[in-house]
Amino acid sequence: MSTASSAVTLERRSRLLWLVVLAVLVAAPFIGLYPVFMMKALCFAIFACAFNLLLGFTGLLSFGHAAFMGSAAYATGWLVRSAGWSPELGVVAGTVIAALIGLLVGLIAIRRQGIYFAMITLAMAQMVYFVCLQAPFTGGEDGLQGVPRGHLLGFIPLADDVAMYFVVLAVFVAVYLGVIRIVHSPYGQVLKAIRENEPRAVSLGYDVDKYKLLAFVLSTAIAGLAGALKTLVLGFATLSDVHWSLSGEVVLMTLLGGMGTFAGPVLGSFTIIGLQNFLADRVGSWVTVIIGVIFVVCVVAFRRGFVGELLAWQQRRRKVDA
Amino acid sequence: MELKTLAAGCAVAFASIGTAHAQFSGDVIRIGFITDMGGLYSDIDGQGGAEAIRMAIADMGGNVNGKKIELLTADHQNKADVAAAKAREWFDTQGMDMLIGGTNSGTSLAMAKVAAEKKKPFIAVGAGTSALTNEQCSPYTIHWAYDTVALAKGTGGAVVRAGGKSWYFLTADYAFGQSLQNDTANVVKASGGSVAGSVKHPLSASDFSSFLLQAQSSKAQILGLANAGGDTINAIKAANEFGVTKSMKLAGLLMFINDVHSLGLKNTQGMYLTDSWYWNRDAESRAWGRKFFDKVKRMPSSLQAADYSVALNYLQAVKAIGTDDGDKVMAQLKKTKVNDVFAKNGYVRDDGRMVHDMYLMQVKTPAQSTEPWDYYNVVETIKGDAAFTTKAESKCALWKQ
Amino acid sequence: MDIFGIPHQAFLGQLMLGLVNGSFYAMLSLGLAVIFGLLGIVNFAHGALYMIGAYVAWLGLEYFGLNYWFALLLAPLVVGALGVVIERTLLKQLYKLDPLYGLLLTFGLALIAEGVFREQFGVSGQQYPVPELLQGATNLGFMVLPNYRAWVIGASLVVCLGTWFLIEKTPLGATLRAGTENPALVQAFGINVPVMVMLTYAAGAGLAALAGVLAAPVIQVTPLMGSNLIIVVFAVVVIGGMGSILGSILTGLMLGLVEGLTKVFYPEASSIVVFVIMAIVLVLRPAGLFGKEK
Repeated sequence: MSTASSAVTLERRSRLLWLVVLAVLVAAPFIGLYPVFMMKALCFAIFACAFNLLLGFTGLLSFGHAAFMGSAAYATGWLVRSAGWSPELGVVAGTVIAALIGLLVGLIAIRRQGIYFAMITLAMAQMVYFVCLQAPFTGGEDGLQGVPRGHLLGFIPLADDVAMYFVVLAVFVAVYLGVIRIVHSPYGQVLKAIRENEPRAVSLGYDVDKYKLLAFVLSTAIAGLAGALKTLVLGFATLSDVHWSLSGEVVLMTLLGGMGTFAGPVLGSFTIIGLQNFLADRVGSWVTVIIGVIFVVCVVAFRRGFVGELLAWQQRRRKVDA
Repeated sequence: MELKTLAAGCAVAFASIGTAHAQFSGDVIRIGFITDMGGLYSDIDGQGGAEAIRMAIADMGGNVNGKKIELLTADHQNKADVAAAKAREWFDTQGMDMLIGGTNSGTSLAMAKVAAEKKKPFIAVGAGTSALTNEQCSPYTIHWAYDTVALAKGTGGAVVRAGGKSWYFLTADYAFGQSLQNDTANVVKASGGSVAGSVKHPLSASDFSSFLLQAQSSKAQILGLANAGGDTINAIKAANEFGVTKSMKLAGLLMFINDVHSLGLKNTQGMYLTDSWYWNRDAESRAWGRKFFDKVKRMPSSLQAADYSVALNYLQAVKAIGTDDGDKVMAQLKKTKVNDVFAKNGYVRDDGRMVHDMYLMQVKTPAQSTEPWDYYNVVETIKGDAAFTTKAESKCALWKQ
Repeated sequence: MDIFGIPHQAFLGQLMLGLVNGSFYAMLSLGLAVIFGLLGIVNFAHGALYMIGAYVAWLGLEYFGLNYWFALLLAPLVVGALGVVIERTLLKQLYKLDPLYGLLLTFGLALIAEGVFREQFGVSGQQYPVPELLQGATNLGFMVLPNYRAWVIGASLVVCLGTWFLIEKTPLGATLRAGTENPALVQAFGINVPVMVMLTYAAGAGLAALAGVLAAPVIQVTPLMGSNLIIVVFAVVVIGGMGSILGSILTGLMLGLVEGLTKVFYPEASSIVVFVIMAIVLVLRPAGLFGKEK
């Protein structure tokens, strides 16, 4: 088989695959999958995609990404519940606020690289955590409860789980396609160059810091979008949303699924959320241990993650064929 | 490529394993119990509470009119989001008919909201915040055992009457602590006392030293501990360590028999506390307490007795009206008097408050205690109507008629 | 006498407590700095090792009747051995990779440790009694200071300064430092660099465990004690400058004092003051206060 036609088959099969997955997702509420669980997994998939944009495609490990998801969660929650905003405005506002906080953190953190960058983002996120703990409007340990879903654009009632599900699904698809667009754009190519060899990018005249900062802010904005949606889905925002363990989990989702791939974070997110849901009742604290073990195994032996390993396997097979 | 399809399919399949499929409660009565099973509040309720509910189910013969009774339990880890998510999931996919709320007021407030949305009964036992029957009252919430108003009127009032006029509060920084501090401060001020200040500590704090220093510098007479469980125990220990007890008297606004057991009579003798039940109160309580002890190896706290009472009364209500429909059961519970080992002549008010007698007790000295767990002298029985929020004070819209 | 409107007892009292906290920050950030400075690994498991050290002490007392003084020796040895195992089996494979993987691996290890201990012991914590010799308190005039806390300050200062001296001023320390700058050259001199690296990690772990034993009578021994602390310690190390041992010690103590001060004037901010300082330092001096750019 010639390489040209096998490439076309690849394309076609890939597209078919995604249609199948999409069909399953669209049919989900009608085939017995619990919509609230699916929505939660989709929100975290959006979060993981945002994180992967930063880690997989730009090469920056932010270890405090929960701060952005969580601050948008609180902001949207408060605006929709206490200020009576409509859900779509609340979500937009939450996203913007997350982006602003991302800008502030980014300005401070971008100055350093690698490990230092990670530790700074962790520490800044911890600051956000404590602010959320103390601020009167967040409800501290009790969280921000009773956030109504309201009506989208004034007339679509989101209280119905199925309606809300399709809204979340639509946003997820948009984000997924959006990330693909960003990565394949000229801007995305520069990010890739920075990830591969930053000094060379600098020598080519690119203002590397500006590119990194923009990537950071984009990532935090999308993370905020995930958080805002999650608040509407579950009806509350709590300290768990800004806790560093969540930051660790999103790293794991991306690593497990496959850094630098598109489907990886989604796969990782569904796996981890599904695992937690399934195990929480049955094994209690062992969930933490299992997550830790997966981390260790991934770092030592499975660095490319599911999708990464899959793609590498395909490459090897193609080399053998050709 | 086939592998990729397989992988994606696996992910979605995995996801579906992680969910539960919708079921109907048609022929099973499901009671849910979500509480702190492993944290600072696990002794006073926790697994012991689940055991108590199982005792009630057993006492009902394991079924009501032929329908089997099932108990679902979960640990909310003192996180409101875990509690609310679990409650929602059980209502949506497990056909849960009634939810019993364990310790931690924040989680109960969250669960109450979910139950109201699903129009199913939520009966709070372990939580203390009076907000459950005031600002956050709902037609589907019942608050069964104690609340912060009763504690304030009981212990707060007693300490002020004994001469403690100026207070400083050490408060757990969440719904319960704030509620308890506010209600007690109101009682103190109404009795002519004053509040010198307060400091908030994080839930499950590990080191109370800096908070106690602040308390000491306030020069107040009484250190009001507006916290519970492990926090109260550690605060009392630290207070002893730092010599705070030499210049201030400690008022444990919420104490359970497990806390006294942990600290020992030496550290707690003479302290006042208000509680809804005591195992050594009368013959019936003693008998039930010993039955519980045989299973759990610890004497029951008032919360565990209340868990038993809630399950029993709920199942009796379902039996009486022949259905587990949420609205009908709520109406039945509000119509029926509560008469069991936990309370005598108790009744459920329109604001959701289960009104019953509370007991002002004092911790015995080591010499007075005749057997293990014999820790209290009952100083006064506070009549139900005097213990809880009155109609005039109430902030519940449902009770204003 | 009032300082800025606060009675001086409260002021000095909080500073004293701040010094106690600072001693823990100093000891833990010292261990982290040693491991990072000499090995290039960001040891997120440091908090977990601290926690395990405290549990070794508690388990030793509960099941074997080993007293506190025994624990001070035993815990660092046990945890040091654990460190050897971790280094040999897991960390060794990551040296040639991006240091971020080391961070992620140790993060996973921390989760495992926390989960296992939580499953075993619950979250509410175990009480560890103050050793008899150090019980009681001294009235310092402005506050009553339990003797044990004074011991903590003294012991950690001795340990910190001792370690600093060892690394900066002795031939052994010089070899260690050389080994990380240029392992190949040092290896050529006949020194077994991999073993040296392994022992350094073990020593860092041992330091963390020692801090855990010191902490046991002060705060409860809970599985969460490490994770509560580790991020603050990270901030301390970033502020102090990752390359500098003395920097971590001084910054740790200083931050304890600043936290204590904050508790006097603005208690709500005491948990974030460390991070605010970190942000300021990073803007003004990105390498940290005492840092040398590596």
